[in-house]
Amino acid sequence: MVVRLGSIEIEFRKRGTRPRYLAYLVPFVAVVVALLVGSVVLVSAGVDPLTAYLALFNTAFGNSYSLSETIVKAIPLMLAAMGTAITFLAGFWNIGAEGQLQIGALAATWATLTFSGAPAFVIIPWTMLVTFVAGGAWGMIPAFFKVKLGADEILTTLMMNYVAILAVFYFVYGPWRDPAAYGNPRTPLLPESARIPAILGTRIHLTLFVALGIAVLLYWLLTRTKFGLEIRIIGGNKDAAKYAGINVFKNLLLVTLIGGGIAALAGMGEVAGLHYTLPKGISPGYGYTAVVVAWLARLNPVAIPASAFLFGGLLNGGYGIQMVFAVPIALVNAIQALVLFFVLALSIFYEYNIVVRRRR
Amino acid sequence: MGPRRIVLYINRNPSSTRRKVSELQETESAAAVVQMKGITKTFPGVLANDHVDFDIRSGEIHALLGENGAGKTTLMNILYGLYQPEEGEIYVDGRRVIINSPKDAINLGIGMVHQLFRLIPSLTVTENIVLGLRSSRRPFLDLDVAEKKLTDLSDRYGLKVDPKAKLWQLSVGEQQRVEILKALYRGAKVLIMDEPTSVLTPQEVNELMVIMKKMAAEGLAVIPFVTHKLREVMAISDRITVMRRGKVVATIQTKTTNERDLAMKMVGRMVLMETETVKVPSERAILELERLRAINDKGLLALEDVSLSIRQGEILGIAGVAGNGQTELAEVITGLRKATGGRILINGKDITNRSTREIMEAGIGHVPEKRVETGVVPDLNVRENLILTSYDDPSLSSRFLLERASIDRHVDKLIADFGIMTPSKDSQVRLLSGGNLQRLILAREVTRKNLSALVTVYPTRGLDVGATEFIRNTLVSLKKKGVAILLISEDLDEILSLSDRIAVVFKGRIMGVLSASEAKIDEIGLMMAGAVKAE
Amino acid sequence: MVQDIIVGFLSTSIAVGTSLLLGAIGEVFAERSGVMNLGVEGMMVMGALSGFLTLTLTKDPWVATVVATLVGGVMSLIHAVLSITLRANQILSGLAVTMFGLGASGFLGQRLLGVSAKGLPVVAIPLLSEIPYVGPILFQHDPITYISYVSVPIAWIVLFKTEFGLTVRAVGEDPGVADSLGINVYRTRYICVFVGGLLAGLAGAFLSVAYARMWVEGMTAGRGWIVIVITIFSMWNPVRAVVGAFLFGGVSTLSYVSQGLGIGIPAEVLLMMPYLFTIAVLLIVSQEAVRKRISAPTSMYKPYVRGER
Repeated sequence: MVVRLGSIEIEFRKRGTRPRYLAYLVPFVAVVVALLVGSVVLVSAGVDPLTAYLALFNTAFGNSYSLSETIVKAIPLMLAAMGTAITFLAGFWNIGAEGQLQIGALAATWATLTFSGAPAFVIIPWTMLVTFVAGGAWGMIPAFFKVKLGADEILTTLMMNYVAILAVFYFVYGPWRDPAAYGNPRTPLLPESARIPAILGTRIHLTLFVALGIAVLLYWLLTRTKFGLEIRIIGGNKDAAKYAGINVFKNLLLVTLIGGGIAALAGMGEVAGLHYTLPKGISPGYGYTAVVVAWLARLNPVAIPASAFLFGGLLNGGYGIQMVFAVPIALVNAIQALVLFFVLALSIFYEYNIVVRRRR
Repeated sequence: MGPRRIVLYINRNPSSTRRKVSELQETESAAAVVQMKGITKTFPGVLANDHVDFDIRSGEIHALLGENGAGKTTLMNILYGLYQPEEGEIYVDGRRVIINSPKDAINLGIGMVHQLFRLIPSLTVTENIVLGLRSSRRPFLDLDVAEKKLTDLSDRYGLKVDPKAKLWQLSVGEQQRVEILKALYRGAKVLIMDEPTSVLTPQEVNELMVIMKKMAAEGLAVIPFVTHKLREVMAISDRITVMRRGKVVATIQTKTTNERDLAMKMVGRMVLMETETVKVPSERAILELERLRAINDKGLLALEDVSLSIRQGEILGIAGVAGNGQTELAEVITGLRKATGGRILINGKDITNRSTREIMEAGIGHVPEKRVETGVVPDLNVRENLILTSYDDPSLSSRFLLERASIDRHVDKLIADFGIMTPSKDSQVRLLSGGNLQRLILAREVTRKNLSALVTVYPTRGLDVGATEFIRNTLVSLKKKGVAILLISEDLDEILSLSDRIAVVFKGRIMGVLSASEAKIDEIGLMMAGAVKAE
Repeated sequence: MVQDIIVGFLSTSIAVGTSLLLGAIGEVFAERSGVMNLGVEGMMVMGALSGFLTLTLTKDPWVATVVATLVGGVMSLIHAVLSITLRANQILSGLAVTMFGLGASGFLGQRLLGVSAKGLPVVAIPLLSEIPYVGPILFQHDPITYISYVSVPIAWIVLFKTEFGLTVRAVGEDPGVADSLGINVYRTRYICVFVGGLLAGLAGAFLSVAYARMWVEGMTAGRGWIVIVITIFSMWNPVRAVVGAFLFGGVSTLSYVSQGLGIGIPAEVLLMMPYLFTIAVLLIVSQEAVRKRISAPTSMYKPYVRGER
C-alpha cells in the first residue's frame, strides 16, 4: 500500500518477521507523542505545558510519597486491566470492567457488613470470595447473552456499566447511607478487622500483592495450561476453535467469570483497602482507563502492572495539575485517549515496515 | 476476424516445422488483439514470469495451461492490471499500453471472469453488473436501462439469466453467466477466464463451451487458463500455451498436440496419468452413514437420506457441484452441524450428534475445506497450530497442563516428516504458504493416535505440483494403513484419480455409487445434474 | 387534560429522540460501508460542547450548529484514519475517540458550566402544526428536529436509489469485489464515516444549543451507545431507525417524567430504565436477526487490505 503526500511517497511493506524491540518501542513513542499533543490541548486552555508537565511528573513520580500514591492508583487499574485483557484474549470485547469494579465494591461492602464481629483472617478472605463471585456473575451475563442470543458484548457490557453505577448510587444514597456523613454521602466506615492492611507509612494496601500474584497466575494460565491455549484459540479464530472440538460457550463463561471477578477485586481494594467505605464516586473511570492500560501492555498480564503504573502516574499527576492550575481532571482522560490513539496508529508498524521515498 | 488459415504440415523435419509455426505466428501476430512480450515479474524469492511472450487474436480461443505456481495466474493478473511487470511490453490492437489497474484493463476491452466469483450475494444481478459503472441518470441509478442492455447481451451470447433475481438465489452455472455478462457489459473484447469449468457439472461445461464458441464467432478473444482439464482444453481451444516454472514451454496449435504431450510439457517429465490403484484391504465398514438428514443455514434440507459406508483402507470420493450438501455432509460427520435424522457410526459406535470432541476421540480426523478460516489459528504459532486438535492427548498434556517438552518433540517430528517449511516453531502460521498450511493440517490430522477415518474436503485446491503430489501420496499411504477416507471434492479429476469408489451427490441425495474403475464421465455428469444411476 | 399530558409526552419523546435519530442515520452509513464507529458518544459530546461554546461566543445559534457539525466530522476523521488507513482495531479506535471526546469536552467546557444562552428557537410549522394532536407532537419543534425528519427519506434514497448508495452497500458486503470493479473502498468508507461524524456532531448540537441550552459535563449520558443499538435495531435501514429512535426517546422521557411522579421506585432505578431497555431491545433484536438471517454488513470490523501475495 502506498500513500502519497505531495512529492513524498510512503510505502507500507508487509513484514516477514516482527522485531522484538517493537513491543517496547511502540508504547514508549505513543506515550511521548501523546504527551506532546496533549500540550497543545493545554495551550488552548491557556496553560503553559512545560510547567504543567513538570507539575505532573513531580506529583506522579517526584518523591517517595508521589510514587506511593501512584502505586495506590495503579492497583485498581492493574486489576481492572487484567480482567479486561483476559476476556479480550478470548475475542470477547468486554468493556464492562467499570461496572464489574462497581459491583465488586458493592459486594465487598456487603460482605463486611455480614460478619462485622469476626476477626480479619475470616472477613478479608470472605470479602475477596464474595467480591470475586459477584463480579464474576456480573461479568458472565453478557457472555451468556452473546452466545445464546447473539447480542453484541460491547453494548451489553457498556449498558451494564451504567446500571452498576446507578446501583451503587442507590445503595449509597439509600439503605446503606451513613447518617453520620452529611455533605459527603457514603456508607458507614469499615470496622478495623475488615480493612485491608497497608504498607506502613503509605496508603499502598496489600491488594497490590494480590494483583501482582494474579498477574503471574494469569501468565502461567495463558501459556502453560490447556485452558489458556483454548482461550487463545477461541480469540484467534472461533471457527477453528469449534473445529478443534473446543466448547466455546463453556470457555467464554469461564473466562468472563474470571475476568469479571478480577476486575471486581479492584472495587474491593478501593473500598476495603483505601477509603474504608463505599463513597458515591468510587471510580474516576478506572474501568475505561483499564482498556487503554491493557492494550498498551498488548494484553500481556506480566506487562500490565508496568502499564498500570504509568497510567496511575498520569492520573496522580493529573490531580496535581488540577490543584495547581485549576485544570479539570478530564484532561487526563483526554491524554489517555491520545495515548490509545497513538498506540493504535503506531501498531501498523507491527505488520508493516515503511519506506519513504521522494517521487520523481 | 479474418479468414482462418488451414495449414498442413508434413512432420518429417521437426525443427523446420517449429520454424514454420513461429513464422506463421509472426505474420499473424500483427492481427493480434493482445500481445504480451518479454513479461518478467518477481515476487519475494520467486521469479513468477520469466520473459514470457503471449498473444491472442480476435475470434480465437487460446488456452493457457500450467500447474499452480507455473506463472499463468501472474501473467493474467498482469494483463488485467493487478500487477505491473518489471520488464516487458503489452500491446493492445498494435498500440503499446500500460495497464496500471483493472480499470485500465477494462477500458482497453480486457475483461476477467474469476474462478471465485466476484459477486455480492445480497444484491440483484443487475446491481452486481452495474456496480462501479457510471449511471446514465447520475447520481441516481438507472437499473431499467441497464436491464435492457443486459437482456440484449444475454440473448446475443446465449447467457440466460433473470436480471431481477438476487444473486444468492442463482445456481453456480447461472452465477458464472453473471460474471461473464459483467465483463461483456463493460465492452470486453478479450475475455480472460480463470478455471472456468472447475465448478460446473459436465453438462454445464458443455453449455459453457457452446457459449465460448459463440463468443469467439462474434469476434471476442477468449483466454481460458487452467491447471488441468486437458480434455476440455483440447476440445475447445485453437491454440495452447503451456507454462512451467515461470517460462513459456510451448505455444502450439491445438490440432498438433494431445493430452499426453501437454501433460509432459506441463510437468517436464512423464506423468502417470493414473495413480497406482491400491487394493482395498478389507470389506469391513469403518464409517457408516445411515439415512442421514440435515438442514443448511438457510433452513432448507441439505442432506436427505444419505446412506454410505466407507470400508477400511478405502477412499470414497463424493462428487458433485458445490452447494449440493457436501459442506453440510462434512460438518455433520465431524459434529459441526446437527443431523436431524439418521445415524453415523464409526467402528460400530453411534456418534450421531455427539460433540466434536467426542467424535475426534472416536477416531475421526478432519482436513477442512477452508484452511485458513477453519483449519488454523493464523495469529498463533506453528507449534500451537500443530497441536490444535491433539493437545488433549495424554502424551501431550496432563489434566490441566501442557507438557512442553513432549509437545516440542512431537512438533519437531511432524515438521521434519511432513516437510513443513517454516523459520521456526514460534513463527506465526499466517506467514505460511498455502501448500505448507495444508502440510501442517495434514500432519496434524493424519498422525492422530487412533485415527480410523478421515474426512478431507477439496484437499489439493490451489496447490502446486509438489504439494499436490505430496498430499496424494499421504492419502495413499494412509489408505494402506487401513484408514477409511471420505474425499469430498468439486474437482472431478481429483476424485477420479484418488477414489476407489465414487458417490455422486445432488441436492443432498446420493444419486449413485460406482466403483472408480467402472466410472464413466458422462454417467457421473448426469448424476451430478440429477439423473439417477441406471440400474 | 390527559390528552395534554399524552401530547406533551409524545412531543418530548420526539425531541429527545432527535439526537438519537441523527446519530443513528449517520451510523447506518458508516456501518453499511463496513466501519463500526464506536466514537459516536465522543463526537456527540464534542458537538454539544463546541456548539455551546460557539453559541456563547457568537450568540448565533446557526453558526454554533454548523461548527458543532463540523467538529463531529473532524473527530470522525481521526477514527477514519486509524481504522481505515492504518488498519487499527475498529473497536478500540472508536472507544478512543469517545474517551477523547468526553475528556476534552469536560476539560474545555469547564468555564461553560452554569452558563445559559439563547439557543435555537422552537419553530411551529404553519398549517401542519395546527393539525389536532399530530400537529403539536410533530411540528412544534426546533429546526434540528425537522432536519432529522428530512434526513430519513434522504438517507433512504441515497442508500437504495443512487450510485453512491449501491457502492456503499457493495463495499460493506465485500470490499474485495468492489475494489476489483474499480471502486475506491477507502474513499467510500471515509465519506460514510465522515457523514456519520457530521450527523453525530449535529446531534450533539441539538442537545446543547436547541434542547437543554446549556452545557453539562457528559451531557450525552450514553446516547452514543444507544445510537449503536438503534442502528442494529434498524437492520441498517434508515426508515426503521425512526421507530427505534423515537421509541428510545419515549423510554428516556418516561424515565425522567416518572421520577417526578412520586412513585415508590427509587430515582436511581428509574434512571436505569433507558439502559435496561436498551439491553432488552438488543437481546430481542439480535435473536430476530439470527432467525431472519439478517446480519450486519459482512465486512464490518475488518480493515480492508488489498490482497497481498
